[in-house]
Amino acid sequence: MSFPWANEYKPTNPLMQWVDDRLPLPRFVYNAVGAGYPVPRNLNYMWNFGILAGFALVLQIVTGVVLAMHYAANAGVAFDSVEHIMRDVNWGWMLRYGHANGASMFFIVVYTHIFRGFFYSSYKAPREMIWLLGVVIFLLMMATAFMGYVLPWGQMSFWGAKVITGLFSAIPLVGTPLQQWLLGGFAPDNAALNRFFSLHFLLPFVILGVIILHVWALHIPGSSNPTGVEVKQESDTVPFHPYYTAKDGFGLGIFLMVYCALVFFAPNLLGHPDNYIPANPLSTPAHIVPEWYFWPFYAILRAFTSDFLFIPAKLMGVLAMFSAILVWFFLPWLDTSPVRSGHYRPLFRKFFYLLVVDVLVLGYCGGAPAAEPYVMISQIAAMYYFLHFLVILPVVSSIETPQPLPFSITEAVLGKDEHATLAPATPAVA
Amino acid sequence: MVRLFGPLVGLFFAVALLWSFGNGAYNAVTQPSPPTAEALFHKHPKEVAFSFDGAFGTFDKAQLQRGFKVYQEVCSNCHSLKQVAFRDLTQLGYNEAEVKAIAKNWGNKAQTFDPKTGDRGDRPNLPSDHFPPVYYAGQGNPPDLSLVAKSRHGGAQYIHSLLTGYTDQVGYKNGQGQELLKMFPDAKTPDGLYFNPYFANLNLAMPQPLTSDGQVTYSDGKAATVDQMALDVSAFLTWTAEPKLDKRKQTGWPVLGFLLAATVLAYLAKRNVWADKH
Repeated sequence: MSFPWANEYKPTNPLMQWVDDRLPLPRFVYNAVGAGYPVPRNLNYMWNFGILAGFALVLQIVTGVVLAMHYAANAGVAFDSVEHIMRDVNWGWMLRYGHANGASMFFIVVYTHIFRGFFYSSYKAPREMIWLLGVVIFLLMMATAFMGYVLPWGQMSFWGAKVITGLFSAIPLVGTPLQQWLLGGFAPDNAALNRFFSLHFLLPFVILGVIILHVWALHIPGSSNPTGVEVKQESDTVPFHPYYTAKDGFGLGIFLMVYCALVFFAPNLLGHPDNYIPANPLSTPAHIVPEWYFWPFYAILRAFTSDFLFIPAKLMGVLAMFSAILVWFFLPWLDTSPVRSGHYRPLFRKFFYLLVVDVLVLGYCGGAPAAEPYVMISQIAAMYYFLHFLVILPVVSSIETPQPLPFSITEAVLGKDEHATLAPATPAVA
Repeated sequence: MVRLFGPLVGLFFAVALLWSFGNGAYNAVTQPSPPTAEALFHKHPKEVAFSFDGAFGTFDKAQLQRGFKVYQEVCSNCHSLKQVAFRDLTQLGYNEAEVKAIAKNWGNKAQTFDPKTGDRGDRPNLPSDHFPPVYYAGQGNPPDLSLVAKSRHGGAQYIHSLLTGYTDQVGYKNGQGQELLKMFPDAKTPDGLYFNPYFANLNLAMPQPLTSDGQVTYSDGKAATVDQMALDVSAFLTWTAEPKLDKRKQTGWPVLGFLLAATVLAYLAKRNVWADKH
């Protein structure tokens, strides 16, 4: 599963030799993230975000496991147990702020990772499986983050749970019984809180499992790169270690500085004040909003304000919100241009930047009150969102004339490649 | 298949959105919704500076002690502070004997229950007790104040504005010179509620708590004007909501300093490793 010129693991330490003979785990790591994995030499900083997302997950698991030692998943005491963590547990405030802001950082890096994939068409053959698994990871992250936000049992926890589980009630016939079955009651209460806690603890490990598949699938064709031209020869690659471990180390430093600035100096910047009010089923907040990372999809949900062809507006909104993510599964087959990188696709590039602006507008509208002009703006933006993926992308793929690609990665980096006219492409050996 | 059905699905959602948009636009033109009294007359908190603002700000213990006195003599008649324990007051600079005395002399006593006899009673508070609940017989339901500074937009500034923002509703005008009761005669504050433009819906059940200068006697000689008392109690309630604020910022600077140094080294290491590859 690598290129023929990949370094081979040759342990010199007798202990490592002994281990490698019996369980080739050191060899596995060496080939996965060590000197045994040849990586295109031209990756830019957008390729740091996969490692950062993995780091963010580990951060969430470590802080989360310790928080779970002090948290009580009972509707009567959950809110107070969080305050107990904030006040009486040694460094509890740092753990909790670290976990809450860690979730935000996780989504920031994952959104960047996804949009990197959009721009460089990282989903195209032969990397479709990596992309599909990535979308699965994103869906699992959304479920995990939603259930985690319910645990402090503040006002937004309660009403967020009520709204999101209420989405299932839009399904015809089985909707309401399904919602009650999911909640274990007619409204969010102790049963819901307990199962959300259980699932919130479980799902990160499921995510970890899918990440292992994601990285495994990545190592079959190897990493893509900013030119989109496949690796052809040894001079196109460098070993992962030390080249990309060094580069990722620097990226990690920047990530940690942003993260720590949030945790220590603006820990509540991305949260909602209402979640410091204990859950109260009798008092509905003026504006129920989810966490910021759900805002674009929340805007799509709320954009459907009229029944359409006998389909109730609520059901349309729910279908659209889920479709907005599910459409990513079909990207490898919607975008049929043979050229991967947006650098060589002038028309595609314009629409890509439009999509970035569009999603930011949707995000802004999703966080705003459900009133005009935000609803009408989000209707236009949601319209573009669906047209972009399902209509514009296939059309652009077929009418666009891409710019000429470099012969190889080596040529892209050094400006010349002496093999350019001589050597045939070296196929990757699976 | 995907290329056949994809555009159809996309057009389906787009047309549905266009339909919603059209209906919304039609309604906006035919039945424009008039602005509400809240939208026109609700005021954002006044800009005031606190010692704990910004990345370097810390609590002013003298101010917290004054704010605690305001809470003790005014707010605590109706509002509880259940997340805070008497022992936490040592963080305001009180010594253990003082905290013991404050707990012992606190008006509301700790509730007791004897499981052998079933007798209920009370006893003086101990430093390890949290502030006791307040049972309020009047109108409304006074919220617990432990986290109020974090659970309202604007935090301490909002509390200060609310406490000093009570005003006469008759003749009240906003910044644009519009008069509330002329535009919205129905928005007259009902009996039992009090008008305050800093409150979300302009009327709240709490009567003006800080009414006159000198209402609380400060022991540090600071003049107890209404504005000063409001500032002090806002600072105190920021402390009750975020008692670890000082510790958090103190920890943050060395952490960021270390990370900056580590990141510079990581950058130099990266340049060194890549020197022959560019």
